[in-house]
Amino acid sequence: MPATVAEEWLNACSGCEISILNTGGALLELLPQLSFVHIPVLIDHKYFGPLGKGASMEIPEAVVGIVSGSVRNEEHKHVLEEMRKKTKILIALGSCAAYGGIPSQANMFTRDEVFEKVFRGSPSTDAAPDPKHENVPPWLESCKALDEVVKVDITIPGCPPHPDWIADAITALLRGGTAWSLPERSVCDTCPVIREKKSAGGPVKRCLENVAFNPEEGLDKMRCINEQGFLCLGPVTLAGCAGKSGVPRCVQARTPCRGCFGPIRKSARPMVDMMGAMTSIGLDPKTVVDRRAIMNRYTGAHGNLKPLPARPAGR
Amino acid sequence: MGQVINIQPITRIEGHAKVVIQLDDAGNVADTRMHVQALRGFEKFCEGRPVEEMPRIVCHICGICPWAHHLASSKAGDACLGVTPPPAAVKLRRLMQMIAYVGDKLLNFYFLAAPDFVMGPDTEYATRNVVGIIGAAPDIAKQVVHFRHLTAQILENFAGRAIHPTFSMPGGVSKPMTEKEREDILGKAQKLLEFSKFTIDFAKKNVFAKYLDAIKSLGVIKVGHLGTVTDDGALDFYDGKQRLMKPDGSYDDFPSGAYLDHIGEHVEPWSYQKFPYAKRWGSGLSMDLANPSGVYRSNCLARINVADKMATPLAQAELEEFRSHFGRPAHLTLLYHYARLIELVQCAESMVALLEDPQITSTEVRVAVKPRAGRGVGIVEAPRGTLIHDYETDADGLILKANLIVGTTHNNAAMNLSVKQAATELIKNGTYDQGVLNKVEMAIRAYDP
Repeated sequence: MPATVAEEWLNACSGCEISILNTGGALLELLPQLSFVHIPVLIDHKYFGPLGKGASMEIPEAVVGIVSGSVRNEEHKHVLEEMRKKTKILIALGSCAAYGGIPSQANMFTRDEVFEKVFRGSPSTDAAPDPKHENVPPWLESCKALDEVVKVDITIPGCPPHPDWIADAITALLRGGTAWSLPERSVCDTCPVIREKKSAGGPVKRCLENVAFNPEEGLDKMRCINEQGFLCLGPVTLAGCAGKSGVPRCVQARTPCRGCFGPIRKSARPMVDMMGAMTSIGLDPKTVVDRRAIMNRYTGAHGNLKPLPARPAGR
Repeated sequence: MGQVINIQPITRIEGHAKVVIQLDDAGNVADTRMHVQALRGFEKFCEGRPVEEMPRIVCHICGICPWAHHLASSKAGDACLGVTPPPAAVKLRRLMQMIAYVGDKLLNFYFLAAPDFVMGPDTEYATRNVVGIIGAAPDIAKQVVHFRHLTAQILENFAGRAIHPTFSMPGGVSKPMTEKEREDILGKAQKLLEFSKFTIDFAKKNVFAKYLDAIKSLGVIKVGHLGTVTDDGALDFYDGKQRLMKPDGSYDDFPSGAYLDHIGEHVEPWSYQKFPYAKRWGSGLSMDLANPSGVYRSNCLARINVADKMATPLAQAELEEFRSHFGRPAHLTLLYHYARLIELVQCAESMVALLEDPQITSTEVRVAVKPRAGRGVGIVEAPRGTLIHDYETDADGLILKANLIVGTTHNNAAMNLSVKQAATELIKNGTYDQGVLNKVEMAIRAYDP
């Protein structure tokens, strides 16, 4: 008997769903073992029945529930609660679901500031009142991770999560498991670059120039990006972005990590830990431009980002 | 008022929307609307972010077309900081864009659109999907999975990330391509071109010919078109001037920086998604089905309508064949699927041509940039339409203002018209079934929102 699966996306970009499709051959092997009862990106199951007459939203029961995206509005909350009710094991897929993700950068602003900008502060827009209608769900006070609203059983972080881990977690569940998590390692633990535990010092460099490397040589011949004086969040970010093998994805592009897999463990304090990591190689963390936003780029939920009173314009 | 039909969620599309059909007492359609319920607020929370970080922030607007946002943002950043990336950087940006778009168009056609045609629009919903396709045509499905995966693998191996890339930044790109990488990717690109040719042939024989009646009636509207062309009128995805065509085929060209003179955005209380309209035409926006005004479309059908020609030979031959049947501009909504595959051929041919260009392996791929106050408009053609990123920076190179109009948003008014047309034609005297509602959705799905 294939395992039943229901999938939903909330405040999301669909990158997690594309990552599921990017499992390639593994996808074709897994598919016969799964029975998708609800997944809007692929299957035409409707909340209000095939004739659109239902009185209330309904998602079918399933053993496994997968939800991507954060919780931004009343409808997301409602869908998530319905998913929790109807599924036995709920998976938070991706960093929006786990930590708020990029859209939780909006938590630095109030709802009114955002709506003012979008509907009355854009040069191409004919200014108008905020949309208000029974089919336009109101925003919640902040952009939330799933576990701020319901109990989550398994978290597969990443922006997007690597297909290896999606396949791995689902395979573990198919074998009767009920828990799954990534090993607690840092991106640096999987990064082959040369580290000398010191940097040239000075203010932290912005990515206004490329990192130094010889393109004919592998990453094992390149100096650590932090030690080159740039901010790389590898030391405080959970490893796994390149799947079971392979080097960290951003470093593969010769660019620094920005923390898309989130903290190494739930109790970690990445901002404090990163300051320590920088200080230990002679970089001054106070010189990081736009520090609060950049260090919480994927983790603005759980109260990590909040509107600041009287913030100077543009900072 | 009579019954309300809620089609929610709209499925096999890449975003979130619902359709609400309001019937009158006689069971005929009084009104139909497509509501977009989500808003994330990128334009606000980009304020204060360093401009060089923007390409790796805004790509998260869309997990299906992250490369389009990544590149439009890089171009806006180039312009804010007043730099011209080296030629090899532009070629590598274009190459990544083409590889990503080939994967995207294969995904759209086979996984999202094809179930309506291969299984048929009226089949039970439980089989009208990609799993059904795998059952009905396992060999093709296997190839699709393989080739889609291949595009993602090429992007990851070379540029680190297929989804939400970090490769391009103001001033150029993060790394050059080695000769060894070029040879390896070229071999794969040639196979992707062959599969792209197979796909359009397969679709012409097995899909479009069979559904000609549906093509001629479903969701049909007559509105304008927006796209990007080179100076000599060829369709271009990365750069060029914008062309806004009226429903009768006459058009205006304008440079990216002048978009505000031509395009406005209207807000309706019943949708978070705004309604761009052709401000230049001077008649505002009306979504009256009998007499729309200011409405234009974007995405592939609009692009092949505004372009005088395709940029590559096989795609050009396909366009000529298409125009011999449907003319220019072609208005039939379901022709989006056909236009998408003509573009697939151009993307695949361009990908191979870029890889055959010896300059692509030049090691000069980025000029260093300096923060400064400036404004920059970066426009690319995203899979779903003309993508506009407009930034203003302060002296430290931090974003003061960001204005974004994304591809699918241009189609908001047109999709609302098409869905209204489809519902009105198909639902009479209160009689409809799930197949009818699926056809209403097909009118949206054609736009690939």
